[in-house]
Amino acid sequence: MSSPILSVKDLSVTFDVRRQGAWPWTPPRKLHAVSEMSFDLMPGQCLGVVGESGSGKSTLARAIVGTVPSSGGQINFEGADLASMDTRQRRVHRRDVQMIFQDPLAALNPRMTVGEIIAEPLITHEPATPRAEVKARVRELMERVGLLPNLINRYPHEFSGGQCQRIGIARALILKPKLVICDEPVSALDVSVQAQVVNLLMELQKDFNLSMIFIAHDLSVVKHISDEIIVMYLGRQMEKADAKTLTTAPEHPYSQALISSVPIPDPVLEKARVRPILDGELPSPLAPPSGCVFRTRCPKAQASCAGDRPVMQNLGNNHEVACPFHEPLQVLSIA
Amino acid sequence: MALLEIEDLKVTFKTADGDVNAVNGVSFGVDAGETLAIVGESGSGKSQTAFATMGILAQNGRATGRAMFDGRDLLTMKQGDLNKIRSRDIAMIFQDPMTSLNPYLRISDQMAEVLQVHKGMSKRNAVREAAIMLDAVKIPDAKNRITMYPHEFSGGMRQRIMIAMSLLCQPKLLIADEPTTALDVTVQAQIMDVLSDLRRDLGTAVILITHDLGVVAGFCDRTLVMYGGQVMEEAETGALFKTPTHPYTKGLLRAVPRLDRDDAALQTIAGEPPDMSRLPVGCPFSPRCDVVMDHCPTVRPPLETEGNRRRACHLSADEVTS
Amino acid sequence: MLPHAKDVESVGEAVQLAEVQGRSLWADARTRFFRNKAAVFGLILLVCVAIFAIFGGFFTQYERDVVDFSLMGANAYKGVPSFETGHYFGTDASGRDLYARIVQGTAISIMVGVVGATVAVIVGTLYGATAGYFGGRVDGIMMRTVDVLMSIPFMFVLILMLVIFGRSMFMLFLGIGLISWLDMARIARGQTLTIKNKEFVEVAHAIGVHPLKIILRHIVPNLLGIVAVYATLLVPQLIIFESFISFLGLGVQEPNTSLGALLSEGASNMFNGTIWQLQFPLIAFVFTIFAFFFVGDGLRDALDPKDR
Repeated sequence: MSSPILSVKDLSVTFDVRRQGAWPWTPPRKLHAVSEMSFDLMPGQCLGVVGESGSGKSTLARAIVGTVPSSGGQINFEGADLASMDTRQRRVHRRDVQMIFQDPLAALNPRMTVGEIIAEPLITHEPATPRAEVKARVRELMERVGLLPNLINRYPHEFSGGQCQRIGIARALILKPKLVICDEPVSALDVSVQAQVVNLLMELQKDFNLSMIFIAHDLSVVKHISDEIIVMYLGRQMEKADAKTLTTAPEHPYSQALISSVPIPDPVLEKARVRPILDGELPSPLAPPSGCVFRTRCPKAQASCAGDRPVMQNLGNNHEVACPFHEPLQVLSIA
Repeated sequence: MALLEIEDLKVTFKTADGDVNAVNGVSFGVDAGETLAIVGESGSGKSQTAFATMGILAQNGRATGRAMFDGRDLLTMKQGDLNKIRSRDIAMIFQDPMTSLNPYLRISDQMAEVLQVHKGMSKRNAVREAAIMLDAVKIPDAKNRITMYPHEFSGGMRQRIMIAMSLLCQPKLLIADEPTTALDVTVQAQIMDVLSDLRRDLGTAVILITHDLGVVAGFCDRTLVMYGGQVMEEAETGALFKTPTHPYTKGLLRAVPRLDRDDAALQTIAGEPPDMSRLPVGCPFSPRCDVVMDHCPTVRPPLETEGNRRRACHLSADEVTS
Repeated sequence: MLPHAKDVESVGEAVQLAEVQGRSLWADARTRFFRNKAAVFGLILLVCVAIFAIFGGFFTQYERDVVDFSLMGANAYKGVPSFETGHYFGTDASGRDLYARIVQGTAISIMVGVVGATVAVIVGTLYGATAGYFGGRVDGIMMRTVDVLMSIPFMFVLILMLVIFGRSMFMLFLGIGLISWLDMARIARGQTLTIKNKEFVEVAHAIGVHPLKIILRHIVPNLLGIVAVYATLLVPQLIIFESFISFLGLGVQEPNTSLGALLSEGASNMFNGTIWQLQFPLIAFVFTIFAFFFVGDGLRDALDPKDR
């Protein structure tokens, strides 16, 4: 078996939150956005990350791309630890890790033409490239992602959401990166366009032999595109398994609740489903519960859950779960 | 007789670049106690249909046609009468609850005001009634939390408050415009659960406007599919999902990734959502339709009733399903 | 297979495959600006004032600084505006041609305004964008500096400077340049803070674009809309400011003049029967100010992001 292209070990990200009206010298409170995440990503694989808002999944993406600093742990990319590099060393590595963002229009500078936008990574990392070649590569890529190359001089606001996302994809691919991180790339799009973009991403992943991290709150999409899925809650990893196992036989109570909450567009099935509805809401990440972070909403919570933090147990077959009371639950009947 | 009967509703917006027809001849009815889903993508005109019915179109919008509620036309009604109906008989909840909650007033004051004005209750009774309603939407510790301000609640809680507030006067019709779109799935499940229980208890008719076919499947009796400001297909929810007879409905159902199925690649609908200022004269879906015929872009297919179903397509139902 | 190959083909047939020129936000704003009648009127007026200030001197035989001693003491009836004598706007108290002086006064006033606004745009925008982009301690120090400078009563300092270092044009420009960029820096910083949180800036960061390039390529172009509006509204303010200084007798010095100095002179001779000495500079002043305000308002409406 080959070695992983990306290996994240105990990655934590904390933010300083200043109390309103506090003195400048009072120590700020720590917000734990991501805590002790560990996972490996094999070359050419797609890792899905799901979680609700506030689960820290976007922060995880940003820590790997390097737009927010990590506060602990390692991000080993092809053997080099990105987390311990200084800004200059890291800038060199940025070409291999690219990101696709959620809001397609907001991710494009409204004052630049599509051609300039897609070419930006190229002229940043290979400033010596002749202009004609830059243009040729941009046009080639536009065609590849399903945009008419003659629209190269247009501005972002002249495109629809789906087309803007294609522009974002083209920009992420122009340097032929090894790893692409997609942060909710389709959640702002209409259903019919969403399918187009998901298919495009899957094709490109195969053609460019990309490793991918696909972050979304929509489990159906994540399951469709990913090989493996990680479920996050309040900055922590709850469960990890291959896509099929996770969606059909989740072991962690949170994964089970999450999956059973996803509505299925089939009236017969949907009306027959019994779902363990989760009570309450996400606790504040400023004061996460002791022990298991999910215990305040967990249907199986016991007194011992407040004590030690549950460790990830390996159930074999790469299925890991962070709950001592885990048990399989059939949450879906498969057609 | 239907509770709400919309006939040939048209909504036009005047913009700097000319008139835009957001809704183009939509007709449908809702019976008392029924749940109807209006499904569509951005630009389908689903929200504008509701706004026109409620008389809350943007300044530059104009609605024509008829919207009969209890035998009275909402579109030609005086503003004062409409206001009365709007808060007592028809209620509406929005995607963002903060648009209808005043951030500077306590929840108790906002909710009590509704009852004081419409039911002439004393403030004390009104607050008590409001707390009971908050209990019904499962807000924990409602009696004490009712004196809090909107920003002290999470998004899901605010949406519950909105539901409680809209149902205070026991309206006959509730229009819910993407009520769970901004929420997480687990919270969405909670909200839909609450809505479903209350609807059953109070017998309120609901129009649920959404793009999420999964939510529709679990909640609604009938489903209306809109595209480009027009009705494409309408049927009983089970039948519509089982055998869609319009190419758009069919495409839409296939394009949704499903948790319970393993598909290699998603079926897609080609092209982009419609540009409302440049719609074809004929069928609005024709530029993206995979079974389009020569006359589709120029001749608008009429919305015809076939049994329990209404559909607007030049092809017959059998031709589409086969 | 392309996911929507069919679509690409069909669109491809319709659109010829030449490169289509896009409609930038600037082009959009231009269209909106020219639809605004008041703004277009202001622009035309502004062009007329500019032509007057630049080429007005060619239409008179008189020099602005030549004193006609024959008019001394007889100004009220000999220096009346008239086409026969060639003194279109009459003469001033010293018997100099008022038309030639107004041409120069307008030119200097506009120059003061434009130079001040240019300094504001360049220094203020870059300063504000830098402070806003880096944030944290850099932002704190840079903006507190601006606060300190703003809290100094500048009229007082400027008057002191002009008194101590002598009254010269250079001093005037320096003084105006020193204050004009402060407000602009604040505006630019505020805007930068919102733009900085847009995803496209994060994208640039993630790509590895150098911070300076991010400021110049991504932030400043998106600031320019509001900066342009503020700059056009700043010009008339500076003109008024300069006029006030000159009115006090501290600004532009003889034989040079500005609209403020002319107004001051005209006002002091108001009761000597030479009302034209106030009237004509005032007309020029009002036209100039109004033109700038109309254009500024038009720009604001055209560039207002809320409209989109």
